[in-house]
Amino acid sequence: MTLPHGTGHLAGSRPFPAAAHVELGKPQLRANLHKATHTIRNKRARVVEELPDWEQLRLAGSAIKANVMARLPELLVEFEAAATAAGAVVHWARDAAEACEVVTRLVRETGTDEVVKVKSMATQEIELNQALERAGISATETDLAELIVQLADDEPSHILVPAIHYNRSQIRDIFTERMGDAPAGLTDEPRVLAEAARLHLRRKFLSSKVAISGANFAIAETGTLVVLESEGNGRMCLTLPETLISVVGVEKLLPSFSDLEVFLQLLPRSSTGERMNPYTSTWTGVTAGDGPQNVHIVLVDNGRSATLADEVGRQALHCIRCSACLNVCPVYERVGGHAYQSVYPGPIGAILSPQMTGIEANKTLPFASTLCGACYDVCPVRINIPEVLVHLRQAAVDSRRDKPSAERTAMKAMAWVMGDRRRYARALRAARRGTVPLERVLRRRTVRHLPWPMSAWTASRDAPLPAPESFRDWWRRTR
Amino acid sequence: MNAREEILNRLRTALGPAPTAPRVPREYRVDDALDGPARIDLLVDRLVDYKAEVTRCRPDEVAASVATALAGVTRLVAPAETPESWLSAYPGKVVTDGPQPLSVAELDGAGAVLTGCAVAIAETGTIVLDGGPAQGRRALTLVPDHHVCVVTSDQVAGGVPAGLRRLTPTRPLTFISGPSATSDIELNRVEGVHGPRRLHVIVVEPG
Repeated sequence: MTLPHGTGHLAGSRPFPAAAHVELGKPQLRANLHKATHTIRNKRARVVEELPDWEQLRLAGSAIKANVMARLPELLVEFEAAATAAGAVVHWARDAAEACEVVTRLVRETGTDEVVKVKSMATQEIELNQALERAGISATETDLAELIVQLADDEPSHILVPAIHYNRSQIRDIFTERMGDAPAGLTDEPRVLAEAARLHLRRKFLSSKVAISGANFAIAETGTLVVLESEGNGRMCLTLPETLISVVGVEKLLPSFSDLEVFLQLLPRSSTGERMNPYTSTWTGVTAGDGPQNVHIVLVDNGRSATLADEVGRQALHCIRCSACLNVCPVYERVGGHAYQSVYPGPIGAILSPQMTGIEANKTLPFASTLCGACYDVCPVRINIPEVLVHLRQAAVDSRRDKPSAERTAMKAMAWVMGDRRRYARALRAARRGTVPLERVLRRRTVRHLPWPMSAWTASRDAPLPAPESFRDWWRRTR
Repeated sequence: MNAREEILNRLRTALGPAPTAPRVPREYRVDDALDGPARIDLLVDRLVDYKAEVTRCRPDEVAASVATALAGVTRLVAPAETPESWLSAYPGKVVTDGPQPLSVAELDGAGAVLTGCAVAIAETGTIVLDGGPAQGRRALTLVPDHHVCVVTSDQVAGGVPAGLRRLTPTRPLTFISGPSATSDIELNRVEGVHGPRRLHVIVVEPG
């Protein structure tokens, strides 16, 4: 049985270096990203420092997730039974298209053509908003950053703060131009901008019949879903409408409620750098007289089973979407999220997206890293991102072994030259004789620009000229 | 094959014949190391740090503290079963939720809501509501812009594990840590978006 890869917003049309090149040409973007990522990484460091048992929590979190992956089929069945018994309706979706179909059908059955949404990576991944729009259903994002991105007709660039690439005055301009009911004379004071969003969304919240959410955790033992948020938009969506539809990746399970005692410590401190996020909601099916009375849960595969099949790479499924790895990554800090062309940017995206889509659709992403390891150090569930990156780099190379490549041709030629001592010595001497005039002209021992295909090397570093004398020649001369 | 069967089959295939589930090391702190008064001090410190207003009082001062916290509020929402002793000094109108539930518009028109809680977690400055006595359904503490919450000393747990172990998982739970806030603009925390913009916690210490 072959395991199908995921579809949806997980890959783009350009290789990472080409996309990164465009983003690097935006000085305002780099300034915004630098400011935001440094703010959040300092906040994170302060609240992590407060906990004497942070490493023990990470070890527990990592083991719980590994445990979940090993028992995923049985836990899903357990979750389904518990949620169903509590009054929820559980649906299953093989891929993005099927998940969108299920949600669209459920919304249609309610007779409404307007839904409010809580920020959710899973619904971004399956491109649900676009599918709903095609079906004539308008979906309003209610998270402040998602609202900014939606109003700007842009795409998210960060897992936690999708509008991280905008600064306050850019956000003011987007609100003024696009929000319709933005107050006159809006300033760029964050408090004023938050107030404008509150007023803009409040009518919608108080009158919406259907809400769509994701979930941070799904508890197998009890059928409970858990959503962490800050603004209260989540509580609005999870509490006031009559119908609630939650789209949940199959890897979001935790075996039991008590496992939350680990993750409710790891996640807020890693993501927003707070001891606890302002609001966390849990719900188990339907509660009579309190909250939505029609509760649906859509469990989505979309390339997760294919990812699970890779013994090294499956740890990417442990991700709890905190985004700490983005905030410390030297590559992300400079290129931003759009260059990754997937809803999952940064270090975690570089290992998650290629596995979900298959390496062919994302073969440059595993190289979008310096392998510095900062991501591994901050990961609350200890995903060894550098290890998986190297593993996927091999997969990327393996995937095109049967195709011609300049590098491989050059390596074959080198192998032939270096395969024989005398041949190698002759080649070195010839190279030296050939470059002596160059050295005289340049007055240096390095070349800064070489013609194609060697330009691939000199684009980012100098090429040394051959040494005046080889070691063997020196040995013979001075022995 | 339907989607459910196919996904479960895919996952079994991906795992191979004998997946091993590792043992989970739970060497993190579980028990409350702090005594009662120290826990309350920590809770208050953390609540204030996240911009909640806090009043500390003795059991016989609850009504006065509630009245002071609600100064200027003319219409107060309260869940059924709110202790009369909390409300006795409040001069405004109390709108009780139940037996007929209040409409969203009625909630929106109230100046504040008064509730108790199920558990408070000192280390994170969190109060947890579970829909139990004096807490009501979730909408009550969401729509009004001002939430006053009475916490008694016996409800205060030290850390997150101790707090969670006092809760019933299948009840609808709301964990509240400070007033509504966002970090979406340049990653700085700004208080006040969709949830109540004022959170006032009245901590009742042993008499």
